[in-house]
Order: sequence, then structure tokens, then C-alpha cells
Amino acid sequence: MDRYTEQRLFGLLARASAALILAVLVMVVGVTLWRGGRVFITDPAVMVTAPGSRYMLDGGGGFLHAVLGSIFIVVPATVVASILAISTAIFLQSDYSSERTSDVINMFLNVLWGTPPIVYGVFVLTIIIAAGAQTSLIFGTVAIAIFQYPIMTRYADEALRAAPDTVKEASYGLGATRFETARITVRAALPGVIAGIIMGFARGIGDAATVLFTAGRSTQMPGGPFDPATTLPILIFEQAASFNAEVRSHAYAASFVLIVAVLALVLASKLLAGRFARFAPGGRHS
Amino acid sequence: MNDDIALRTDDLEVTYTGNREVTALDGVSTEFAENKLTAIIGPSGCGKSTMLKALNRLHEIQPNAEITGEVYLGDEGIYDTDDPLPEIRRRVGYVPQTPTALPLSIYNNVAYGAKLHGDYSSDELDDLVESYLRKVNLWDEVKDRLDDPGAELSTGQIQRLCLARSLAVEPEVLLCDEVTSALDPISAEQVEETLEDLKEEYTIIMVTHSMDQAKRLADDVIFLYLGELVEANDTRSFFEDPQHERTQEFVKGHTAIDYDDEPDEENVTDEQPVATR
Repeated sequence: MDRYTEQRLFGLLARASAALILAVLVMVVGVTLWRGGRVFITDPAVMVTAPGSRYMLDGGGGFLHAVLGSIFIVVPATVVASILAISTAIFLQSDYSSERTSDVINMFLNVLWGTPPIVYGVFVLTIIIAAGAQTSLIFGTVAIAIFQYPIMTRYADEALRAAPDTVKEASYGLGATRFETARITVRAALPGVIAGIIMGFARGIGDAATVLFTAGRSTQMPGGPFDPATTLPILIFEQAASFNAEVRSHAYAASFVLIVAVLALVLASKLLAGRFARFAPGGRHS
Repeated sequence: MNDDIALRTDDLEVTYTGNREVTALDGVSTEFAENKLTAIIGPSGCGKSTMLKALNRLHEIQPNAEITGEVYLGDEGIYDTDDPLPEIRRRVGYVPQTPTALPLSIYNNVAYGAKLHGDYSSDELDDLVESYLRKVNLWDEVKDRLDDPGAELSTGQIQRLCLARSLAVEPEVLLCDEVTSALDPISAEQVEETLEDLKEEYTIIMVTHSMDQAKRLADDVIFLYLGELVEANDTRSFFEDPQHERTQEFVKGHTAIDYDDEPDEENVTDEQPVATR
């Protein structure tokens, strides 16, 4: 095969792969938006109505319980996980840890990242059993935070490593302490750090396995942190398995909410990252 | 060199203990005169930057650097001291080689260090920022855009911003690590002019690999070779009458201009271009 044929073939392959990805994405998002959107047009109240007492059987009411469950579980989890993740990432830099230490910790973080979320679910479940507690919102938050933590930490660590050393040098050179320097380095790395937080949030809000054993599959409005709750992904699973056609159609509506939320997050992170990138050293020039 | 001494090193030795051990600085004892600009010159890898960083303990942020000897700031040692490290680094400022704006606005780039070390009212800070930006000849270029990101300035402007930022913490000595090497000729000239103005008030120690720059700016010159101090003298004697054989070679290898034809900066006017340049 001559060089030019080779080039054409590869070009074809590359375009075909891109087209395939795009087609799948358009189908998934398109079908969800279309079918979910239809439910919203005919009955926009499903999102903000509490479920009826026999919701899974007759579709009476809406799925506000899962929307609230998702928010109350994932938002606090994201806050806790990002604080822990940024602190860990700072600790992994050369100012605090030797190369060896940070290599070892990073290896563990990669393993944690690759651990199936159901494992975290079971792990927290054993804690619940040992504590004699019941599945509840707060344990869902704990499980999601554990699940998000390695993702956010790896992102933050990479972002901090990519920040120019000269920022650190300049800051220390001005007589900043290690903590003050860490803060300014995080600022310099903010676009990457934010990307990690949003990625963790998106993964957390979309995950079912961690919440299944920890917060439960409640079909009632969450009463408080120690009451059972549920999140959208679990709700979608339950809805899709329902005998009732109306409940099944609600699965699309719930997916719609989830996809729009994730899209909005990604968009928000792009905007935020762009704003901070202006301040990042060499941001505009590089 | 019988002026007042701002900074003095005593048998300063820095060793990097990485995969292979390298002695970057091998027992250097020298003095830096107050309110003068001293240039440290020498071939690449001769320990110039290491020496500079050892003067405010900045090499300590790298792992694997070991140091013996002492640096005296006035009468106090900076290694054997009870002062916290940040305080030492405030007193001996450092301007890095690569112009780097902190991820803050232009205003806050200058105010950053000052805010760390003192309590200023916002009026005081405004004055401080303006005065230091004026000092580095940057005020007129940025006065209308103080809230813009520092990173959006040109490289040359950023380097002057770095100078302003370092001066704003009121250091006694200012260390400059090849501050013009990343700049285009025009920006480099502006930074040189700024340094020229600053040396009236500050003790400046500058690493440079440009002999011409050392001649133009420096009052004293220190020549390092492979981590050892070869020669230290005032600029004129250093280039006109190098004592050491190694210096003679180095100076000869680099000088295309006859030092005698180099006019004093004060005498250069627009009407009288320098023919020999």
C-alpha cells in the first residue's frame, strides 16, 4: 500500500469513528429529549409534584422525591469531596510530599477511581449495618462523596502539576508561606480544578449503584437526613421496569432532567473555566 | 569594593543530591555592595541561578538541595536565624527568569505580597500599587485597566509587573534571574532602563549571560565558573583588566566592543548617537 492510500484510509477511519460517536450521542440525547420532552409538554408538573402513595403502580403524582433526593445527596457530597480532594491534591505536590509518597498515593487513587461504584455502596452498607442504622440520605451522601473523591483528586492533582512552577517560585520569592503559595497555585490551576469538580458532580448525580444500598429506593419524599431517599438514576431504573405505561414514560422525563442537568453543568464549567483561564499565567499567550 | 556591604556570602556550597550528586556551588565567599547593581556572569550551568536562589533560600523549595556555609544580610545570617523563612524571602526579593503574572488582576499582582506582610487600608494599597507601578515605568500603560488579569499583559510588561510586585514588599536586596532573557529586544531595553533607575535605591543582584548587559548595567561583576568564584571586581576593572586567566578567556570570547569606546550612560543623548555601537 502506498503512503497516500494509507493516509486516505486512515482519514476515512478517523472520520467514521467520529461520526459513529456523534450518531450514538445524538440518538441517546435526542430520544431522551424527545420522549422526555413530550411528557413535560403534556404534564410539566411531574417534576415538581410529590409521588402519590401508589406511584410505581399507577403513576399518580410526580417524581419530585427523586429530584430532591439527587440534589440533597449529591450537592453536599460534592462540597465535601471537593474540599477533601483539593486538600489532598495540595498535599501531593512537592512542597508537602516526596515524589515517592505522591506516586504511591496516586496509584491508590487510580485504583479507587477504577473501583466499581457498587463496591462503595456495599462498603457503606456494612457500616450502616454495623452501626445498626437504616439506609438514609446521609449515607447516600457519604457513599457518593467517597465515589467522587478519587476522580476530583486526580483532576486537581494534574491541574496543580500543570500550573507553572514560576508561580510557586514567585509566590515564595515574595515571602509567602507554604499555605499562601498553595492557595495561589490552586488559583492558577483553577480551570482544571473546576473541571474536576464538575466531572465528579456529573458522575455522582448519574450514579445508581452507590445510592442503591445506602439511601435506598424510597418512593416517598425525603423527610430528613436520616430518612430513606432515592436519586434519579434509581428512579429511572424502577420506572423503566414498571408495568404501567405512564410510569415508563416518566422514565424518559426523569432522564431528560438528568441529561439537561449534566449538560448545564458542563456548560457552566466551560464558562467558569474560561473566566479563570484569563487569569491563568500564560493562559492567553499559550 | 569598599562600599557598604548589603549581602555577604561565606563559603557557600550547594549540592544537588538527586540521581547523581552535583556540586552546583563550591565554597563561594563574596560581597555585594549596597545600592549597587552586581552582575553574576558565567557560562551556562556554572551555578549562577543556584547562587541567586541560595541568597534567599529559594532553592529549598526544590527537593534534594543541600547547602553549607552562610549568607549574611547585614550582620545576620539567613540560614542560622530565628526569623521565619518567609520574612527572609521578603527582605531578599526574587524576580524569576520567566515573566509570570500571578493569577490575579494587575492591581492585585502588585498588592499581593504587600497584603501578605502588612495591614493596609484600601487607600494605602491604592497609593502603594500606583507608586510601585510608576517605579517600574508601567503605570501609564496599565492605569486604565488595573482590574484586568495580569496574564493579559505583554511579556515585557509582565516582567516589569514582576519587578513592581517584588518591590512592593520593600525588600532590602533584589535578586533578578536573567530577567531580560525571555524578552524581545525592545521590552528588554525597557526592563534595563527600569533596572537602571532602580539601582539608585536598591541593592540589585542580577544573573545575566549577556556580557554586554553586564557592562551596560552593572557596577560590580562576579564571574562564576563551574560553581567556583573566579573573579569579582568593579565592572570597569573586570572587563578592562581581568586578573584571572579564565576571566581573560571568557571576556575575550565574548567582547566585540572595546570597553574604552563605551560611553558613560549619562553622556548619551539623542543628538549624539554612539558611532562605535
